[in-house]
Formats: sequence, C-alpha cells, structure tokens
Amino acid sequence: MRIFVCIKQVPDTETKIKLNSDNSGIDEAGIKWIMNPYDEYAVEEALQVKQKAGDAKITVVTVGPKKRCVDSLRTALAMGADDAVIVDTDAAMDPYLTAKALAEAIKKQDTPVDLVFTGKLAIDDNAGAVSQYLAEFLSIGHATVVSSFEYAEGKLTAERETEGGTREVYEIEGAAVIAANKGLNTPRYASLPGIMKAKKKPLAELSLDDLGIAADQIKTKFVNFELPAEKPPVQMLEGEVADQVKSLVTKLREEAKVL
Amino acid sequence: MSFVVFCEHQNGELKKGSRELLSFAATTGESITALLFGPGSSEVAKQASRYGASIAFAGDSAEFEKYNPVVFAASASAAIKESGAKFLLASSTMMAKDLFPRVAGQLDTGVASDCTDLVFEGGNLKAKKPLYAGKCKAEVEFSNSPVQMVLMRPNQLPVADAGDESAIDVKAIEVVATEIKQITKEIKQGASDKVDLTEANVIVSGGRGMKEADNFKMLDDLADVLGATVGASRAVADAGWVPHSMQVGQTGKTVAPSLYIACGISGAIQHLAGMSGSKVIVAINQDPDAPIFAKSSYGIVGDLFEVVPKLTEEFKAALN
Repeated sequence: MRIFVCIKQVPDTETKIKLNSDNSGIDEAGIKWIMNPYDEYAVEEALQVKQKAGDAKITVVTVGPKKRCVDSLRTALAMGADDAVIVDTDAAMDPYLTAKALAEAIKKQDTPVDLVFTGKLAIDDNAGAVSQYLAEFLSIGHATVVSSFEYAEGKLTAERETEGGTREVYEIEGAAVIAANKGLNTPRYASLPGIMKAKKKPLAELSLDDLGIAADQIKTKFVNFELPAEKPPVQMLEGEVADQVKSLVTKLREEAKVL
Repeated sequence: MSFVVFCEHQNGELKKGSRELLSFAATTGESITALLFGPGSSEVAKQASRYGASIAFAGDSAEFEKYNPVVFAASASAAIKESGAKFLLASSTMMAKDLFPRVAGQLDTGVASDCTDLVFEGGNLKAKKPLYAGKCKAEVEFSNSPVQMVLMRPNQLPVADAGDESAIDVKAIEVVATEIKQITKEIKQGASDKVDLTEANVIVSGGRGMKEADNFKMLDDLADVLGATVGASRAVADAGWVPHSMQVGQTGKTVAPSLYIACGISGAIQHLAGMSGSKVIVAINQDPDAPIFAKSSYGIVGDLFEVVPKLTEEFKAALN
C-alpha cells in the first residue's frame, strides 16, 4: 500500500502575531514553528492504517522553505513515517499552487497512490482548500473534516462532520484524499528511539522547477495586512450579583444593542 | 462580468447568508445567476429573483439530494462555465468550503474562504479574511483567476429588502458523470437542532470554571433563553465534557457572533483567537486577573454558579 501524508509548518497557537514594517506580511522573527495541529491527526491515521495493512509505505510531503519546514518532517518521521519529500521553495504559495506542487511531487514517486492524508485546514491561513484541490489534481475522491475512518481492501468509509454535529458518511472505492479533523484519533508522541531513527530516514528534496510549476501562477495573494482594531476597555460591573446582572442586561440592550 | 451566487436553502427557504450575497451582488449592477442544489431548488430559485437573480441553475434531481463532493463539483463546474460568470459568491458553510476548492481546481482558478469583508472595485472582488485565527486580517488579491471565488462568513453583509418575485430563467443542472467511485452512503443527523457555532448570532461558552460536564446544563438554560448556541474552551473539550464540535478557538471553531458570553473561561490566547471577532464579549470569571477580561466589553467578577442562573432569569424577564 502507498500512503502519503501532506503536512504544513505553522506558527504555534500561542504565538503573538506582529506585522512587518510595510504590512505585507507577518514578522517571522521569534516565531516558534510547529506542525499544523490537524496534520498530526493525519500522520497518526496513516500510521494506524499501516499497522493494520502490514505492507505499506508512508511518505510525508511538505512545501515551503526547507530551513523551517524540515523540523515537522522529522517529527512525522519520528512518529513512524517511512520517508519524506520536501518541495523546497521561498516563493509565496497559495492553496492552488501548494496543491499543484504536492500533486506533482506525489506523482513523481514510485507506485500509484492508495491514500493521501491531510489536516482539515492549516491554522495559519485557515483556508481548508489544499485537500480538495489536491484530490482534483490527482483525479481521486476526497472527504474533509473527517472524524471517523475505516479502510479495508481498497474501500474506505469516512465520516465527515458538518453543521450541528451532523455526519455525512462516504464510501470511496479507490484512492482518496482524507482531511483529518480533531477527534479522528489521538496522535502519538515520537519516542526517543523514533527520534533517533528519524535522523537516518530518507528526505528527498525537489524544487518547483523540478515539478514544472511556475511560482507566478499563484491565484490568490494576501496583501495589506492589518491587526484587529483595539477594543474599548472592558467595563467591569460592580455591586451585588443581582445588580451586576441587571446592569449587564440593561447595557447589552441599550448601550451595545445586541439583544 | 456576471455573478454566480451559490444559494443554500433549508425547508424551502433561502438561507440568510445566501440572501446577503444576492443582495451584495445586486449592488454591483452585474447580472446574477443563482446556483442551487437539492430537492425544491427550482421553487426556491423564485425567492432568489426577489434579490435580483435573473437566471438560476437548479439541481432538483435525486442525485443532488445528498451532498457528494465529486458529483456536485463536476456539475457545479459545468453550470458555472455555462453561465460565463467571472465571480462566484457563497456562504462559508461546511458544504461550500468543501465543494468550491474542488470546483476551483476544475476551473483552474483561485478561491478565498471564511472572508469577513467584501467590496467590488475596478472589476475585481476584494475580500478580507482573518488569518492566524483572527490575530490579524489581510486582503485577498486574485490573479490568474478566470472566476474569482469568495466564500463569505454569514452575518457580515446586509440583506436588502426583498423585491417582488420576477421572471427567472430556471435551467436544470445536469448531473455530470465522474470516474471516481465515491458515494454518500448516509447522513446521520446531529443531535443539535441549534444553529451551528460558526453561524450563531449569540454564543454562550463554558470553560474549566464550569467544574464538571453536568454543569453545562446551566449554560443550556441560558442559551435557550437567548436563542444561543453553546460553545466551550479547548480544556473542557479535551477533558471530554463536551464534544470537540463545540470547541471555540484556533484548533476548534472560529466564531463571530454579535454576543459572546464566556463563563469560567480564563482566555488562553488560542481561545481568544477563535472568538475575538465577536461584536460584544461578556466575561464571567472568578479571577479578576483572567486574561479574558482584557478582550471583553463587559466583565463580571464572581461565582458563575451564582451569576449565570440569575442572568438567565434577568434575560428571561427582559426578553419577554
């Protein structure tokens, strides 16, 4: 079986975001980068499928500047993935171009794809689009926001969470991109032996040129970054509880006008 | 230059988010095509005419009863191509967010989801979207995009007064066959009949200060009075007190209600990121130094087990 996991490196959720001097992006100085949290579920699910299937190879793929993305690849390898591919680029990417690069990088590998796992979205640009673009570029099925997954003999069942806890249950025969939601599994921690082994696992490098992709084919770009407007200071409501709640309801109705 | 507006409907009614987008498209003066899937679509298309749509592609057939990404994407792409539209607007719902990136792949174009601001300027859509879960915002600029596709969060744009129903040219969306063997076997209805957190106008949210899962009943009571949806912090979702689908924050749902009431939530940065788009924030917490207060409009320092029931009674009295 051939399994791919696509991951992204993102600023840690605790990171304070500052803008660069001309507001064309964020100031990356001092940012702690982590593997996108949803991608951890993707890696874990791939490992669980491999455990059941026995004969399977997991390749973890990412697109971005090698110097900061390589850590997440090593983390995935330490968790148990077999090898890694990085499309090393400093170019501004968007979901379209990222998915093109991932699709071409995957097509360059040996055997046909059985499964591709991704996170449901990356917590930086919150786009949730790469998985579907990727499925389209690979001409295979897809399911996003997947919180339950089963695979047996070339047929998969995936449950996707939608509004109000409703679940859509898909059956797909053949390959598919599965975008993992929180709750799909509990990602394992990399063990110390895992971390040692990961250092020796193969990590292949590709460039956009190698894949025949031109960075100027980007479809969407973020410009004119801004920080949220400062909120007026909080009004603390004083007094006995009865006074506090009375005053709150009055203010919500008359001052904030949200009731 | 025309627009396609993806119109979602429920129980025969156009959803508010779709009416917002039709209203926006109408302000541009360009022609509007409504795109609808599901039983009753042709009928609902008439409602779209009241907001300026003159053409509709309606997918009434049985194949469109249950959402199936590959079938919907191929069929939507064909309809959009036929319409000749340069712009597509949809609400950032679970279906649209899943569907349109795939459609964008088929149309070789760009898509921006979860946008909060939208203008039409110089023949281009300019949308803003929150990044890093709301820690900053940026404008989305399209290039190399034959169809500029923007998915807007609901409750961001005004709905115009509906006009009279006018003639609308309703065309049936043809089911485009695909080689991909994907079927939607079943839809399991969720237990909650409440509006989803991401679309909710009022949210009552609980954190570790709720002490245990059973105490969320208290928030349900408050929410019932306000017609609100109940959310939670990561700590309590991880503790299993509530399902993950209720989690607000950077690794949960990003929300933007008019009113957000945080009960016993201290305000970790990853939670604040997910709810800072709320118009008015009320915090109830025992700890006067809890970071949540700095992000709030109104704060009550106190025992939430005393405050919340009283607040429920007060709202009940005020809203009746």
